[in-house]
Amino acid sequence: MQVYLDNNATTMCDPQVVEVMQPFFSQMYGNPSSLHKFGTATHPYIRKAIDQVYTALNASDEDDIIFTSCATESNNWVLKSVFNDYIVNGEKDHIITTEVEHPSVLSTCRWLEEQGVKVTYLPVNEQGIVEPHVVKSFITNKTALVSIMWASNETGMIFPIKEIGEICKQNGVLFHSDGVQAVGKIPVDLQDVHIDFVSMSAHKFHGPKGVGALYIKNSQALSPLLHGGEQMGHRRSGTLNVPYIVGMGKAIELATTNMEEKIASIRAKRDRLEDALLELSDTFVVGSRENRTPNTILISIRGVEGEGMLWDLNNGQIGASTGSACASAELEANTVMLAIGADNELAHTGIRLSLSRFTTDEEIDYTIEHFKNAVARLRAISSSFAKVQPTPGGEAGECAMPHHMAH
Amino acid sequence: MAKDDLLGASLWDAYSNKVTTLMNNPQHQGEITPEEAESHGNKLIVADFGAESCGDAVRLYWEVDPKTDKIVNSKFKSFGCGTAIASSDVMTELCIGLTVQEAVKITNIDVEKALRDDPDTPAVPPQKMHCSVMAYDVIKKAASLYLGVTEESFEEDIIVCECARVSLGTIQEVIRLNDLKTVEEITDYTKAGGFCKSCIKPGGHEDREYYLVDILADTRREMDEEKMKASADAQLEGAGNFEEMTLVQQIKAVDAVIDENVRQFLIMDGGNMEIIDIKKDDDYIDIYIRYMGACDGCASSATGTLYAIESTLKEKLSKKIRVLPI
Repeated sequence: MQVYLDNNATTMCDPQVVEVMQPFFSQMYGNPSSLHKFGTATHPYIRKAIDQVYTALNASDEDDIIFTSCATESNNWVLKSVFNDYIVNGEKDHIITTEVEHPSVLSTCRWLEEQGVKVTYLPVNEQGIVEPHVVKSFITNKTALVSIMWASNETGMIFPIKEIGEICKQNGVLFHSDGVQAVGKIPVDLQDVHIDFVSMSAHKFHGPKGVGALYIKNSQALSPLLHGGEQMGHRRSGTLNVPYIVGMGKAIELATTNMEEKIASIRAKRDRLEDALLELSDTFVVGSRENRTPNTILISIRGVEGEGMLWDLNNGQIGASTGSACASAELEANTVMLAIGADNELAHTGIRLSLSRFTTDEEIDYTIEHFKNAVARLRAISSSFAKVQPTPGGEAGECAMPHHMAH
Repeated sequence: MAKDDLLGASLWDAYSNKVTTLMNNPQHQGEITPEEAESHGNKLIVADFGAESCGDAVRLYWEVDPKTDKIVNSKFKSFGCGTAIASSDVMTELCIGLTVQEAVKITNIDVEKALRDDPDTPAVPPQKMHCSVMAYDVIKKAASLYLGVTEESFEEDIIVCECARVSLGTIQEVIRLNDLKTVEEITDYTKAGGFCKSCIKPGGHEDREYYLVDILADTRREMDEEKMKASADAQLEGAGNFEEMTLVQQIKAVDAVIDENVRQFLIMDGGNMEIIDIKKDDDYIDIYIRYMGACDGCASSATGTLYAIESTLKEKLSKKIRVLPI
């Protein structure tokens, strides 16, 4: 059996999505910007995809949802264009974000710092979320933007977006949220929260890779990131990626139809897996279940190093992660774990399991068994569980190495 | 960065089969109890290195025959990734049968080589090389406990790069001999800094006492100071002593005069020159030079420029000088 439990990194493209994309490669391949019927024939399908996305997110017709190539592009667009519009060509000089954002936000913020922008990286509490009063305390009259993720890719913890949105509204500060781990996983109602910009990506909810979107409230001004043929209502240049846009529309519709049922089903499997793994001694899971995306578990297993555990899971045909896929080939400790305030030890023992609506009960059973065996094997090797103590003088000190936090 | 780097390599695919096999099934994993060692009349040494908070930790067990200092049995326990476990395993194997004095000579390079499938292919990718260093460190610690000496007493050199085991002296020497100007060049010449990268500059995987950026800056500063001093000495000593100088001193003196009087004019015209060699017999001191940049092939380089260089050197250093471009 093969079990894919890395759905926060990417998901399987739903076969129903692949099916609706199919005609737009070799049959209806016209450029939607063309005047002839080859181009215009695609319009009803693109319009449908737009409707599907607006409906899924309960966006107002006054809002813009612009298709992009991915959430990385959407995040770059918001940060760099707010920089241009409100800092270079305005009176502001400050952006607030968190220590635990995706690299597409953090790296862009570091680049903005090099351009002279002041950036505040907010810490998270032991639950792994930013508290609204912390956001409030850092807003000044020079703050242009607050950028805070909707849910964490690593812990699954859901941030208090509604409360932060109200604070930003009261203070007249723009609010952006990287919604990559929320859209398609939990209900997102864009008329219920005050939020100016939301980034999303189709491949996180069983759509294709290479297409995402940026939500822009009330069609407000934001300079384009890409200049060119002025597609998407002059907001984002580049020939419309018709098959992928159609696929994204279908994927978000499938993810959000009967969403409560889907969530309940995933949550039940997740909770069963979590309960079973917590039967192991010296383990704990980060963050409360109620406030977590229903598919995610970040578990620490004392005495078992993360990469070693991934190795054993991989030998058992189980795909998991130590955290962000972007960082998994690096040596460093999990920065989110460190930001949560966990000790350094935990930062090296975290394993993230992320389910999807395609995860089956049989796969959960298989994973429980294999996971427990792997922990038993690695703990048998682990120095953390050794009984014979070092010769006097042979003890090792704690790690002197300073883990660098997300700057 | 080029075509081959566009898709990052798969970390685990770069492991040798031996690393994979030992990770899946370590041969010497386990513990030796004091009772067990005692029953054989042997001494038990247990040493730790690293910690869970560092990301890897190892505990090494040696059962040593006190009459011969021979390690008759060895085991390990390890918290770490596949490379850490495989390195610990092969380290344990390398220790068995050696005396403590012999075992202390095992380096992390020996451990890594023992993990190779074929002698020319590294057992682990560069960023994992560091995992084998722990094996080296824990042996030093066990040996120091057994012999009752400090770990530092085993170190003959100051090691700057633990992964590639390159000493401070070696790095300073290659910078001087090859006139290295960048850290990348140091890595190309010595492999130092090519693995876990901690020793390149502060802020890496772990704190180091010496960093390549500082060693480079310090050595370059010393070289500049020496050059200035040579230049000053050459002028102070005058032409009379030039003929008595050693070859190195002569090259430095010529370089200093060129720096002082000639080079800026060559650079202004987009060129430069270097000294290739100095040969002397009773009548002449022949200085072989090579033109670079715009000077190479310039008509004046064989006439006016050459005359100017030669007459300057004759005036400042020795009448016997002839300058020969090659």
